[in-house]
Amino acid sequence: MVQEKSLYTQREGNRKFDEMRPIRAKVGIVPSSDGSAMFETGKTRAIAVVRGPRTLHPQHMQNPQKGILRVSYGLMPFSVWDRIRPGPSRRGDEISKVSEWALSSVVDLKAFPNSVVDVFIQIPQADAGTRVAGLNAASMALAHAGIPMKEMISAIAVGKCDKTILVDVDYNEEHFEEGEGPTDIPLAVTSRKQNIALLQLDGKISPDELKEAIKMGKEACKQILEIQKKALKEINTGDKDE
Amino acid sequence: MENSEERQIVIPGENIVSGDNFLPGEGAYRDGNDVVAKRYGIVNISDNYVRVVPLSGVYFPRRNNVIIGTISGITMNGWLIDFGGSQNAFLSLNEVPRYINKNELKEFLDFGDSVIVKIWDTQSRGIDTSMKQRGLGKIEGGMLMNVNPNKVPRIIGKEGSMVKIIRNATDCNLTVGQNGVIWIKSNKIENEILAKKIIDYIVENSVLVGLTEKVEKYIKSLGLEIKENNLNANDDEVEIIEEETDKEE
Repeated sequence: MVQEKSLYTQREGNRKFDEMRPIRAKVGIVPSSDGSAMFETGKTRAIAVVRGPRTLHPQHMQNPQKGILRVSYGLMPFSVWDRIRPGPSRRGDEISKVSEWALSSVVDLKAFPNSVVDVFIQIPQADAGTRVAGLNAASMALAHAGIPMKEMISAIAVGKCDKTILVDVDYNEEHFEEGEGPTDIPLAVTSRKQNIALLQLDGKISPDELKEAIKMGKEACKQILEIQKKALKEINTGDKDE
Repeated sequence: MENSEERQIVIPGENIVSGDNFLPGEGAYRDGNDVVAKRYGIVNISDNYVRVVPLSGVYFPRRNNVIIGTISGITMNGWLIDFGGSQNAFLSLNEVPRYINKNELKEFLDFGDSVIVKIWDTQSRGIDTSMKQRGLGKIEGGMLMNVNPNKVPRIIGKEGSMVKIIRNATDCNLTVGQNGVIWIKSNKIENEILAKKIIDYIVENSVLVGLTEKVEKYIKSLGLEIKENNLNANDDEVEIIEEETDKEE
């Protein structure tokens, strides 16, 4: 039984298959922090706050050669339809860790020995793609905090519903159970060298389709970078130009 | 390409200039033929030397900066100073301009005491500071206030002009630490409060153009006078510090 046509033909709101949900980005949303940013795609929203570089305690965790980066990711209890138990979870810890690895490929903390840069990512509203939204916000927040970075990170979740490759999947698409089922590929790309900083795969996909999906994802990341750039350049840094 | 007037804001990873003639300075790095921003900030190109001046974030210690901090530790031969940066600064016993018994370091500076010190080295181990200059030393009396370190240039003004205005209007002695801590000292506490109000006003309304006029207007609305040349005996003492910090900027 070879089925030629994909079962998934129409996206919500007439969105094209390579089209992202409406994006909003804002920098400097938490005045008490050293750097902060908000990133929103459709109904998914992420807030990232950066504190530091500051002295790391306990002392035995300090690295005398360079500063360390610590990322914590969490869904707020009210972010999903059902309540989520607050506090650390298996999923949260894992996403914290992969976000940390993705971000440490661009930040350069050689100038801050024995210190730590803390990144807190919180999701007040979730509709799939929260880790990539969190990475986009974190990358802006780190830049806003003045942390030396070789380049920025832009991230997008590409996916596949049955045979259709999609950019920026939402909750319903992530749970599309017909045909070949759903595939979810969070992808983070560095802004300058177009290196892949994060690539996860959940579901089934053929090598050719994966290549196609990554290509589409990289294209989307370019658009996201422009939005991040605009948000960073627009913010009121205190020097109000009148 | 000499110091273009428009302020070019760059984000990390963004090309600033291309070509072999340019040297990457603070906040920039070279990638092949391009000089690339490493930090978010405003581009400053002078003599083919490309720098990125940060716009936000924590205070980065620099040589010759005057900072105000509190004693957070006492070691065998000096004190550790917490100034709100990524690591603590160190004030060596040798950098204090008077004799101190090595066993009684606490007698001179105890935990929690505030000090004005100057950074003389950030390259080797940690941040080394000195107290061997006029205007530096232990803080006694007066009031300390914290502002965003990125607003410090606004508060100092061109060659200390803004500080001068505040000092003359309120009869206060001001020392502005580059780390965003300001020491206000006057005989009357009312004057100190007025000076704090003016500084808060500057921080909230730090426009680039016409800030001086705006501040002068605000000072008048507080019922104070703007005196032009007030020859206060303490004036030059503070100025020395400001001038030297400005050079580094």
